[in-house]
Amino acid sequence: MKQIAEWALNIASQKGASYADARAVSDRGRALATKNGRVGSASDSESQGIGIRVLADGAWGFAACDDLSRASVEATASRAVEIGKASARVKQHDVRMAGEKPVVAEWTTPYKVDPFTTSVEQNLELLLKIDSELRSVKGVTLAETNMNFRREEQWFASSEGANIHQTKYTTGAGYAAYAFAGSEIQKRSYPTSFGGQWQNKGYELIEELKLIENAQRIGEEAVALLKVDKCPEGNFTIILESAQLGLQIHESIGHPIELDRVLGMEANFAGTSFLTLDKLRTLRYGSELVNVVADARQEHGPGLGTFAYDDEGVPAQCTPIIRNGLFTGYLSSRETAHMVGLDRSGGTLRAEGWNRLPIIRMTNISILPGEKPLTLEQLISDTDHGIYMQTNRSWSIDDKRYNFQFGCEMGWEIKNGKRTCMVKNPSYSGITTDFWNSMDAICSADEWTLWGTPNCGKGQPQQVMGTGHGASPARFRNIKVGSAYKQS
Amino acid sequence: MLDQNKAADLFAKLMRYSTADEIELYIYGGHSALTRFANNTIHQNVAEDNVGISIRTVFGGCTARATTNKLDDESLKRVVQSSENLAKVQQPDPDLLPMSSGRGDKQTIAPSRYFDQTAALEPGARADVVKKIVGVAEKHKLTTAGIFSNSKNFEGIFNSQGLSQWHNQTSSEISITMLGEDSSGWQKSNSPNVANLDGVALAEIAASKAAGTAHPREIPAGKYPVILEPAAVLDMAGFMFWDFSGMAILDQRSFLNERVGTKLFGDNINIWDDVTHALQSGSTYDGEGTPRQRLQLIENGVVKRLTYARATAEKMRSSEHKDKVGPIEPTGHGFLLPNEMGEAPMNIVFGGATDPKTKEQMIASTEKGILITRLWYIREVDPYQKILTGMTRDGTFYVENGKIQYGVRNFRFNESLIHMFSNVEEMGTPVRASGEESFDMVVPPMKVKDFNFTEVTKF
Repeated sequence: MKQIAEWALNIASQKGASYADARAVSDRGRALATKNGRVGSASDSESQGIGIRVLADGAWGFAACDDLSRASVEATASRAVEIGKASARVKQHDVRMAGEKPVVAEWTTPYKVDPFTTSVEQNLELLLKIDSELRSVKGVTLAETNMNFRREEQWFASSEGANIHQTKYTTGAGYAAYAFAGSEIQKRSYPTSFGGQWQNKGYELIEELKLIENAQRIGEEAVALLKVDKCPEGNFTIILESAQLGLQIHESIGHPIELDRVLGMEANFAGTSFLTLDKLRTLRYGSELVNVVADARQEHGPGLGTFAYDDEGVPAQCTPIIRNGLFTGYLSSRETAHMVGLDRSGGTLRAEGWNRLPIIRMTNISILPGEKPLTLEQLISDTDHGIYMQTNRSWSIDDKRYNFQFGCEMGWEIKNGKRTCMVKNPSYSGITTDFWNSMDAICSADEWTLWGTPNCGKGQPQQVMGTGHGASPARFRNIKVGSAYKQS
Repeated sequence: MLDQNKAADLFAKLMRYSTADEIELYIYGGHSALTRFANNTIHQNVAEDNVGISIRTVFGGCTARATTNKLDDESLKRVVQSSENLAKVQQPDPDLLPMSSGRGDKQTIAPSRYFDQTAALEPGARADVVKKIVGVAEKHKLTTAGIFSNSKNFEGIFNSQGLSQWHNQTSSEISITMLGEDSSGWQKSNSPNVANLDGVALAEIAASKAAGTAHPREIPAGKYPVILEPAAVLDMAGFMFWDFSGMAILDQRSFLNERVGTKLFGDNINIWDDVTHALQSGSTYDGEGTPRQRLQLIENGVVKRLTYARATAEKMRSSEHKDKVGPIEPTGHGFLLPNEMGEAPMNIVFGGATDPKTKEQMIASTEKGILITRLWYIREVDPYQKILTGMTRDGTFYVENGKIQYGVRNFRFNESLIHMFSNVEEMGTPVRASGEESFDMVVPPMKVKDFNFTEVTKF
C-alpha cells in the first residue's frame, strides 16, 4: 500500500500539486439482523480504494478510485490536480494549512476478541434468543435485533512525509420491541435506540451489554406504554438518562462547535452555527457544572471518535470545549485552525471511506461526570417533582443549532423524590444555551457511559460517520415539556 | 462504463464459482463528481470511480448477501463463498421464494435517463457555472454556498433463473444557498439532463429570498395558513411512503394499518407511484428485477394501493390482513433481498388540482399566512398519528392581505401528515422537486390551512 500511495504522491507533485496526501483504505463489514424470529438480513461487505487530496494553485482537488493498479492510481492523482486547478478558478484566497510534523506510525484499536473470528451461527443464535425473549411478552407485535462489525484499515501518506497505518474495529448491537394496538404504536429499545450501543471494541462489547438479560423487561415496557397516561405538558424539572443526554450533546454542542459550520462551509446542507467567532471564551454556554471535552485519545475510552491520528495525519487530542460553563474551543482542521488563532489543528478531520474527502467531524464529545458522588437514584431522590426521560425516539434542531426538540420512548413522573408512574410520549424542547444553563446536577463517574452514534450525516456528497458521547444522567430545571403533541 | 454484455460475462464466471441452489448478481458503479462552494469560493471538489458487485446465494430456503468492489478472480471466488457461508448457517425461511426468471413479466418502459452532455461534464465546466452563481451573490452583496454535481451510473441484476435487467442513468444537481447578514435563501434543482439546470436563474431566486427576509421579525407560533413550495411539500410527504408497504402492514408498524380503503386525506389528494413519468428518475425494475408497476396509491383522499415485493405479496395473501389492504400482487417495489423493510414506492407523482393555482395566486388569496421555502431536520414524533416535527429554513415570509410583507424568524412545527393532507386548500402544477429530507418527487406547491407551529427560534 505504501508503494501505491507513492505513485499517487509522485504524480500529484509532477502535475503541480503543492501538497498531496493519499489514503488507501480496506474496509470489511458484517451486518446481521433478525425480525420476528427470523433472520431479517445477513450480509458481508468489503471495499477498497484510494482517495487522493491535493492542493493545486492554492485550491483543493480530490479524486478517488477503486482500481489500485498503477495506471489507475496515477490517472486518479492527475485528475485530483486537474480538479484542484478548476477549483482555483473560483477562490478568494489560497488555502493555508497549519503546520504539522509528519509522523511514521502504526496503531490498532485495542480489542480482546476480533469480532470477525466469531461465527455467524454464534451471532445469529444470540440475536434469535433475544428476539424470542422479546416476543415472549404478550402484546409485542414486532421484535427487531441487529449486530454489526466493521474493520477499517487505512494507510495514510502525505507529500510532507507522513506515513500512518491505522486499523479500527467497531462493534455494535441492539434491539427494539414494538407494540401496536388501537391507534397507537409504542416502542422500547435497548441499550438505546437506532441500532443500540456502538464502540471501537471487539466482540467483548457484545458480552458486556447484557443483551438477553434486559430483553423481557424491554418487551414488557413496550406493551405497558400502551396503557399509561401521556406525559404531562408544561414546564418541569427533567432528568435525562445518559444515552439521551449523549444525543443532546451531539446535536446542541457537537455540531455547533464544528468550525467548518461556523465558517459557513456547510451553509447549503448541514447548516451553520450560532457559535460565531466572537463567542469563543465569552459565551456562558452552560451552568458551572457543564464541562465538555472533544477527546479522540485512547484514554478517553473506546468511542467511535477514538483514533491515534486523524485523516490528515494530526495526532488525537483532547480539546476543552466548555469549562465550568464557559465556551472555550472549536473542532478544527489544518485548514481552519488559523481562522481562530490556533497554530495547530485540533485533529478532527475524518472521512467515511476511501471515496470521500475528509471533513471536520466530532470525535468523542463528552460531558464530564460530576465530581461529587451522585447516583441516578440519589438524583431522583433529590428531586421533588419532575420527569425522568429515557431513550431517544425523535430528534430535531434548527440549522444554527439553537432550537431543539427531542422525544423519548418512555418517561417516569417523579414526585417527592420517587418514580411514581410511567408516562408515554415524553418530549422536551428549548434553546441550546438556556437549556445547558439550567443544568443543576450531574451524576458521577459510576453512571457515566461512552455512547456511540454510528449514523451522523454531514457533507456533500453526504458522509456517515461514527461519533462518541460520554454522559452521566443529569437534571435540568424549568424545561418546556410536551410541545411535540401540543395542538395550539 | 461497464455494459450489460460485460456484466453478463462476469455473472457467468460467478455462476461457475458457486455451488448454491441459486445465485443473483447486483452490479453497480460509475463516475460521480461534485463541486462544492461556500463563502464565494470553491472549497471542496471531488470525483469518484467505483464498480461494486453484490452476490446473493440461496441454499435450501436460506439466503444471504456479500458485496465487494474487488473484481480479480480470487476476490470474486471469495465473495461468492462469503455469501454461501452466510446463507448455509441459517434456518430455512419459509417465506423465501425461488428467484424470478422474469419470463412473462411485462417490462416497464420509461424515457431514456442517460444524457451524454451530463456524462461529459468536467470540473472546468462546473467551475464556470459556479463562477456565475458567485457573480449573482456579489451583485446582491451576498455570499453563496452550494453544490454543482454530475454523475453517470449503471446498475444491473442477473440471476441463475435467467433474469437480466440493466439501467444506465445520468444525474446532475445544483443547490444554492444565498446568505445575507441575518437572512438566507435557497433553491435546488436536479435532472438527468444537465441542460435542464439553470444555475443563474436558481441563484437569482435564492438571492431574492435572502434579500426579502433580511432583518426577520419574530411573530408568535400558532396555527397559520401556509403556502408550501414544492420542496417543502416533498420533504414532509416523504415520511409517509415507507408505510405504503405490505411488509409494514404485516409488521404493524405502518400508519396505514386498519386504514387502507378509508378516506384519510382530502378529496383533492391523488398520488401515484410512476417510474415512467417524464419527470421521474431511476430504474424500471426493483431489487429482484421485477418491473415497477404504475400504481395509484391515493385516490381522492382514499388510500387505495400498497406496494409489494414478491414474497410480501405471497405472505399477505395468507395473512389476517388480506381482506383489508386492497389488491395484493407483486408491484415491482421490493428492495434487494434479504432485507427487513420489504418494499416502498420511490417514484412519487402527485396529481395536480383541477383548478391549479400559481404560488403568486396562493399568496394573493391569503389574508394572513406564512410562505415557506424549505423545511429542515424533519423527524417523526408519532408513527401512527404521523406527527412530524421540524423547522422552516432559508426563506420564511409573513403574508398579509394577499402580499408578502416581510421575512420572519424560523418556526418549529409539530404537524400531522394526516391533518396536513386533509387541509390542502389550493394546489399548483406538479413539478420535479428536490429537498434534503426525502427523495425527489413530482409535487405541486400547496396552500394548507391550520399548519401547527409550536415554537420560534432566534433567527
